[in-house]
Amino acid sequence: MKIFFLVIMIAITLLMAVYLYRVVRGPTVFDRVLGLNGMSTKAIILMVVIGTYYGRVDMFVDISTGYALLNLVGSLAIAKYLEKKREAL
Amino acid sequence: MTFAELMIEVGRWATVGIAVVMILIGLFFLFVAAVGVLRLPDVFTRSHAVSLTDSLGALFLLGGLAIYQGFTTNSVKILVVLMLLYLLNPVIAHATVRSAFRCGLRPGSSDDDDVLV
Repeated sequence: MKIFFLVIMIAITLLMAVYLYRVVRGPTVFDRVLGLNGMSTKAIILMVVIGTYYGRVDMFVDISTGYALLNLVGSLAIAKYLEKKREAL
Repeated sequence: MTFAELMIEVGRWATVGIAVVMILIGLFFLFVAAVGVLRLPDVFTRSHAVSLTDSLGALFLLGGLAIYQGFTTNSVKILVVLMLLYLLNPVIAHATVRSAFRCGLRPGSSDDDDVLV
């Protein structure tokens, strides 16, 4: 069962590499923001899987909750800033 | 081994089996979302892949992990994280796409060279 969770962790990490490609290459800045949002969603799921792997879900779930709230604040701040600026291409 | 012990053992293996199947379904949906982010033409279509498909994959994967934990405090905390993800993900996608629209981008105009339209 630990090997199964290890395979799940490696697969989620490889999916994060796809989003990293979109963040690096994305034609507009909004593609980069969307890619960062997807990467942080993957990071939240990955933290819960890591907690299940090590048998310490109670600690890792708290960290992932804080990461989700931080992701909300950061993405909303970037979106609001670009909306005020209106020349972000 | 008595009958009650046998039923408890069968229930434990059934729980693990349901959890594994749900985790694999969630991983499939996350893979579909990654393909969408890689292949779709502009930011409005990519936001579908990031917000909708990703949320469904997170539902299946975190639900499978919560079922694997059993009926404990840990599974309730995982479901709280899942609820938080479902509250926050559409808000972020909506704010980003509205910002893109107000900055002058329009749907239907592909801005990428190497993708299928």
